[in-house]
Amino acid sequence: MSELAERFETHAAGEKQVAEKIRCDACPVMCYIADGRSGACDRYGNSGGRIVRLDPLTILEQGGAAVAFDAGRAADGGLVNTGRRFVTAIGAGTTYPDYKPAPFIVSQEVEGVDLVTVVTEGIFSYCGVKVKIDTDRQIGAEAATVRAKGEAIGHVTTGEYGSQMLSLGGVHHLTGGSKSEGRVTCDALLNLCNKKPVELTIDGGASIVVQAGKPPVIDGKLENRMRVGCGSATIGMFAAQWRGLVDEVVVVDDHITGVVSEHQAGKVLGWEDTGIKIVGRRSTPGRYFKVSEPGLGWGGTTISDPRSILGEWNAKKGARPGLSLLMVSTTGEQFAYYELDDELKPVEKPFPERLRKSVDLIEENCEPALCTVLFVGGAGGSLRAGVVENPVRLTRSVQELQTYVTVGGAPVYVWPGGGITLMVDVTRVPDNAFGYVPTPALVAPIEFTLRRDDYVALGGHVDHIRSVEDVLAHGGEYLNPRHEIDASSDNPWPPLAQLHLRDGKA
Amino acid sequence: MIGPQVHMLPDGRRLHLNHGPIDLIVEAFGAAGEVKAAYQQATSRFQTILPELAEELPALRRAASSRPRRFAGVTALRMEAAVSPLAAENFITPMAAVAGSVADEILATMLEGRALDRAYVNNGGDSALFLAPGQSMRLAIAGAGHGFADRIVIRGEDAVRGVATSGWRGRSFSLGIADAVTVLARTGAEADAAATIIANAVDLPGHRAIRRERANVLAPDSDLGERLVTVEVGGLSAGEVAAALDAGLTVAGRLRTSGLIEDAVLFLKSESRLCGAAFGDGEELRRVRRKPLHKLENIREETHA
Repeated sequence: MSELAERFETHAAGEKQVAEKIRCDACPVMCYIADGRSGACDRYGNSGGRIVRLDPLTILEQGGAAVAFDAGRAADGGLVNTGRRFVTAIGAGTTYPDYKPAPFIVSQEVEGVDLVTVVTEGIFSYCGVKVKIDTDRQIGAEAATVRAKGEAIGHVTTGEYGSQMLSLGGVHHLTGGSKSEGRVTCDALLNLCNKKPVELTIDGGASIVVQAGKPPVIDGKLENRMRVGCGSATIGMFAAQWRGLVDEVVVVDDHITGVVSEHQAGKVLGWEDTGIKIVGRRSTPGRYFKVSEPGLGWGGTTISDPRSILGEWNAKKGARPGLSLLMVSTTGEQFAYYELDDELKPVEKPFPERLRKSVDLIEENCEPALCTVLFVGGAGGSLRAGVVENPVRLTRSVQELQTYVTVGGAPVYVWPGGGITLMVDVTRVPDNAFGYVPTPALVAPIEFTLRRDDYVALGGHVDHIRSVEDVLAHGGEYLNPRHEIDASSDNPWPPLAQLHLRDGKA
Repeated sequence: MIGPQVHMLPDGRRLHLNHGPIDLIVEAFGAAGEVKAAYQQATSRFQTILPELAEELPALRRAASSRPRRFAGVTALRMEAAVSPLAAENFITPMAAVAGSVADEILATMLEGRALDRAYVNNGGDSALFLAPGQSMRLAIAGAGHGFADRIVIRGEDAVRGVATSGWRGRSFSLGIADAVTVLARTGAEADAAATIIANAVDLPGHRAIRRERANVLAPDSDLGERLVTVEVGGLSAGEVAAALDAGLTVAGRLRTSGLIEDAVLFLKSESRLCGAAFGDGEELRRVRRKPLHKLENIREETHA
């Protein structure tokens, strides 16, 4: 992705442009490029007095078969036109100085309404990612520093149900620390946003490989399952499955360990006392906190032998030789079967077939563990100025649901309150849509879609509105080749989503 | 402005470094830890190599003489050192060796304190090689024939550590009409500079089928200034092709005798000439029809089983 900032302008605005050599500042070579030629890199060129970027602009084709063009090849007609195109900002470039109109302002008529989509690549110095890692394992304490290549790039934040959360990036790590910290942070964010694996280490915690849409790898171990509920909830859900098959069930969990004979769910089913004693802090009957420290063992505890959480068995309360016990983790991934011997000590026995089904059921009810990455960024005033002359009007229009915002065609969540702070699931954005500038900051595609009359009323750059067909045929200010890709079928077609913003049909 | 870009290629083995016109494919062979450290060293050195060159670009675009000038940058010094021995008899600027010198510089940085078996840095076809004693590497000269027919093996005991290709079809301008001249030399920079000179010498001055353009019309800041560079080569008779190639071969032979290159192979139309032994049996090459050379595809490395 390029920042064609401060590029050399050979003409005053409005002056007729004649072909001549111009200077490219895409890299330190600063080539003078003659008309119709490319620079030393062969990736930027001069076309009619303008810097041409030779990387393709991505145009999404919603539904139906699209002709996929190879990156680097210009579209040359013959496209299958399904009529549902959307010009994304991927490869669009950006403009500088800020007051200049965004690289693409595209109009199209949808259901009889003229819509305008303003397309630009935003440079986000205020940005980061929120990472949700589906695991019960303790990966690090809250607020512990998260590192990539030894540099601090973020921290562990408050855990969510069945998941550990990381907050990475942000302006302080990007530009507030050392040069190396900024560079490493930018690189990690870029890779996470582009759905590539990134290795992270947490101070006093685990080392994790995170990749959007893939299971996490924690301390070298691939996490498969996300728990269905805490130990107590698991007892509640499956108590009936165990009735008559086993005398006691303990669901081992870092949060709340459940014991069926004491639990309300067991009581209702008429479960008899077993004289079991759990080492841990009892919450309500059959529910125990803190049976162990958080760790990488059973159910997110440090336990490798689950018997370590059992105290003496009490014969007066029902313990007897031969009493059967199932111990299982919250994901059903670990399980063991015991019987009390003559001294009332649990002895591991071969796992009985009759209990297999209930353990499988727990595992089946656990969803696949995934890492999900949300890009969070704030669209600054300068980006907004490329959309409309008065930036705050765009902000208001977004907040009033006049303007539909997408990132590479993917829907976003706009955080309420001031500014345009948006979040997007990077797996819904086309591949390699994110880039960076050495500031360091991330470059993300961003598109604003709104009604043409609203755009005019907002003080939009009306003179620069063009049709989709024109963009397809001629490209943009940088005249880069266009390439069409299939839009994700999970994403609504942005113009239609815009139309339905206020009637809730999107 | 776009900074240096560093990525591992999808094969997970090769490192891709790109900054402006510099496009490097780097691969090292050896113990995993050593390879990783070598890639880190290469990446770290790559951060500043282009800005350093850009600092001294005006001087680097001026003709060299047989007395080398001083430059602040190591890469610039490598360039000047490579072109200076050729400057007494030819017009040449250090830019003729820029690609090879960058490859040499990155390779040299990668090797510092490392124990590798083999390594190469390929800068768009101009490459620097490292071979530990007893190691060898195969290079395929693409376009030199059909598929992988034209392989050459460089061995640890050979003096060759640089390979470069020049020609009017390539990325840089040429004063001559050779489709491609590939040179093996002691360093990437020396190979690069020599390939330029030999490709310039493959020529038919004043021939009507050859269209030339002033370099600074095509690229305003070209180091070649107003010199005419080849933009099209039309039909030539067999005798003309032979005469042009032989003119280049004479220069190649002289460079080889002076110890400036190890071997060279010259291509024009469907003909070729060999200078030196590395390219093996010349008859084979002479008979094959070659396809046009595509930029960035001049040389393909193969791992040696």
